[in-house]
Amino acid sequence: MSSSAALSTGPSPAPRYVEDVIRVAVILTMFWGIAAFTVGVVIAAQLVWPQLSFDSEYITFGRLRPLHTSAAVFAFGGTALIGTAFHVVQRTCRARLFGGAPLGWFVLLGYQFFIVIAATGYLLGITQSKEYAEPEWYADLWLTVVWVAYLIAYLGTVLKREEPHIYVANWFYLAFIITIAMLHIVNNLAMPVSIVGTKSYGAWSGVQDAMIQWWYGHNAVGFFLTAAFLGMMYYYIPKAANRPVYSYRLSIVHFWSLVFMYIWAGPHHLHYTSLPDWAQTLGMVFSVMLWMPSWGGMINGLMTLSGAWDKLRTDPGLRFSVTAVGFYGMSTFEGPVMSIKAVNSLSHYTDWTIGHVHSGALGWVAFIVFGTMYYLVPKMWNRPAMWSTRLIGWHYWIATIGIVLYITAMWVSGIMQGLMWRAYDELGFLQYSFVETVAAMKPFYAIRLLGGVFFLTGGLIMAYNMWRTIRGEPVAAAARPRPALAA
Amino acid sequence: MNFETVNELLTSIWTVWAVLIFAGIAFWAWRPANRKRFEEDAQIPLNDEG
Amino acid sequence: MFIRHSTIEKNVILMVVLTLITVSIGGLVQIVPLFTIESTIERVDGVRPYTPLEVLGRNIYIREGCYLCHSQQIRPFKDEVERYGHYSLAAESMYDKPFQWGSKRTGPDLARVGGRYSDDWHVAHLASPRAVVPESIMPAYPFLATRKLEFEDIAQHLKALRAVGTPYTDEMIANARADLEAQVNPDADPTALEKRYPRAVVGKFNSASAEITELDALVAYLQMLGTLVRFGDLPPDRLRQ
Repeated sequence: MSSSAALSTGPSPAPRYVEDVIRVAVILTMFWGIAAFTVGVVIAAQLVWPQLSFDSEYITFGRLRPLHTSAAVFAFGGTALIGTAFHVVQRTCRARLFGGAPLGWFVLLGYQFFIVIAATGYLLGITQSKEYAEPEWYADLWLTVVWVAYLIAYLGTVLKREEPHIYVANWFYLAFIITIAMLHIVNNLAMPVSIVGTKSYGAWSGVQDAMIQWWYGHNAVGFFLTAAFLGMMYYYIPKAANRPVYSYRLSIVHFWSLVFMYIWAGPHHLHYTSLPDWAQTLGMVFSVMLWMPSWGGMINGLMTLSGAWDKLRTDPGLRFSVTAVGFYGMSTFEGPVMSIKAVNSLSHYTDWTIGHVHSGALGWVAFIVFGTMYYLVPKMWNRPAMWSTRLIGWHYWIATIGIVLYITAMWVSGIMQGLMWRAYDELGFLQYSFVETVAAMKPFYAIRLLGGVFFLTGGLIMAYNMWRTIRGEPVAAAARPRPALAA
Repeated sequence: MNFETVNELLTSIWTVWAVLIFAGIAFWAWRPANRKRFEEDAQIPLNDEG
Repeated sequence: MFIRHSTIEKNVILMVVLTLITVSIGGLVQIVPLFTIESTIERVDGVRPYTPLEVLGRNIYIREGCYLCHSQQIRPFKDEVERYGHYSLAAESMYDKPFQWGSKRTGPDLARVGGRYSDDWHVAHLASPRAVVPESIMPAYPFLATRKLEFEDIAQHLKALRAVGTPYTDEMIANARADLEAQVNPDADPTALEKRYPRAVVGKFNSASAEITELDALVAYLQMLGTLVRFGDLPPDRLRQ
């Protein structure tokens, strides 16, 4: 991917770093990615053909949907973050992971155990019913233990670093780890019915619970899906492009303004609800302001490529990362627009929200992970390059078409449904019954399914390419040595 | 003084404080004296071979 | 730079502290006043903790992830009020742990579905949605109608709820099991139940089974949604938030 990948074909360049944990994290990330995309395709199909739950209690939409979101956000995204955090922190601090391999393994495998107990619980109907915080009390307690170990490993490494300055990517990763810890604990405070049972009742109720849940929920987006992946951007894009970030000073301002503003945006999930107006207004104001730091970050990521745009032609892995930043810019523009109350009155409760989430999740999160993995796999396994550059190109186009199908279908169905709900006929009656609006969604749900199938197909191509690369097969003939590598 | 007034007062103070902090960070980041230092910091990922 | 290495080493701790302060404040400013400002929850009559049967019905609603497609939060717009009824009050979900406002309406809002359809309609609809509404894309839940409701530990549930703030009395906890059985038995005397839980709906919700099934509990919950506050006799100033 970068010149150094091609040049350093000697013995493992840095035996002083903990790397086995990262290799396993890379493989697990790919596994969870495929799992998340597959479940997504299944539930998208269920919305087109509801018979596909086969009257079974275990595979209804209601039980599979948390499985899909958790697999995507926590399993795929979270595992990628743990792996890359350990990679970035060791490299930018020039220090071995604090606690060494044992602590690294504990964090990675402990986190996998959390995912497995949470996911099996969903299928059995064990859920707190708080979106993106569905796992019950025992899984939450275990995650807290793992998370503290994660913080210790990360912080310990930064403390014993040889590099005097703490590189900005670490700031983002640290903010992510700390903030998620705070949100997780406050949102999940609960009283179990019995110490041997799975059911618990939360500490909060009603309107306060709603506020706390979306303070959590929006910042799971802000710190898990944004800040942490920006850490990824600030390390891997300069690495893959082999040039420093466009403006380091902008990255500092980006960091503090993002951290400051994101935390206030939660109430935009509760516009026009029973939440008091002052809280809604506060949420809207900060959500709109959030547009500025987000675009500051986007410019910083994109402009890193200035003077080296030709690399996009020769390095399709980098193309993923740069497109990801583009989608980041798009969804962080769409988000503030949707947080304006007048727009939200139409978009809320509709598929528009689902489309928005996926332009972030597929376009930003998944693409930056793909770009990073295409850089990291040859690095970690000491290969000159990915097995097939051509397949990366195929993956790129198939996945991009998938996203475009997905989000355009959801725009149309969301706006259409919102308009149909509020349509009146000439006699002053509501024009459509609810079920008529459901029926009208059908073609768009089919297009969305097709988009999902494309995206999954791209993922499978990537997994195959990764497998061939890791097995150490000679680089495929199709992937002729790229001229940029010699630069 | 009831809770609402205190709350409003604190909100205003906090807003002013936040603006000052932001200005401070921006000033610190763009201060010419810090320029060289940040340019070096930006090189950190690239200094590490491998 | 003149900052010594030892000073910078402290910086990461400083950074952690600064980050934590920065992210705490937003939460504190938005969350704490919701507990302290009295007008957050309107002072209306009628809202009460759920009956034991409704608690378990609500747990089934949660277990099946109904909230992922059905909201329980009517916004104050003309079309929503006409379609679903009076806009939702914060008071109406004050005992909801967790809240079920939802974020998506793949299906219609359920905040006031109580009493809109008959018990038999719900029983038929949950067993096979498309037999009742041909265009529906809801999954079928035939297993609810035959599965016995587990309620041996119902008093434990109320105790746990009380531990986190729901005002169940000792009397309610002591009678939890009896109240649950009374609510699904149309022949039993409902006086004690109705005294503890005003406006509780009594009936054999799932008439197809002689036993107390999960479906009984779920339909009991659906049939009480949005029915506790009588908006007719409410002076408008009581709705002010």
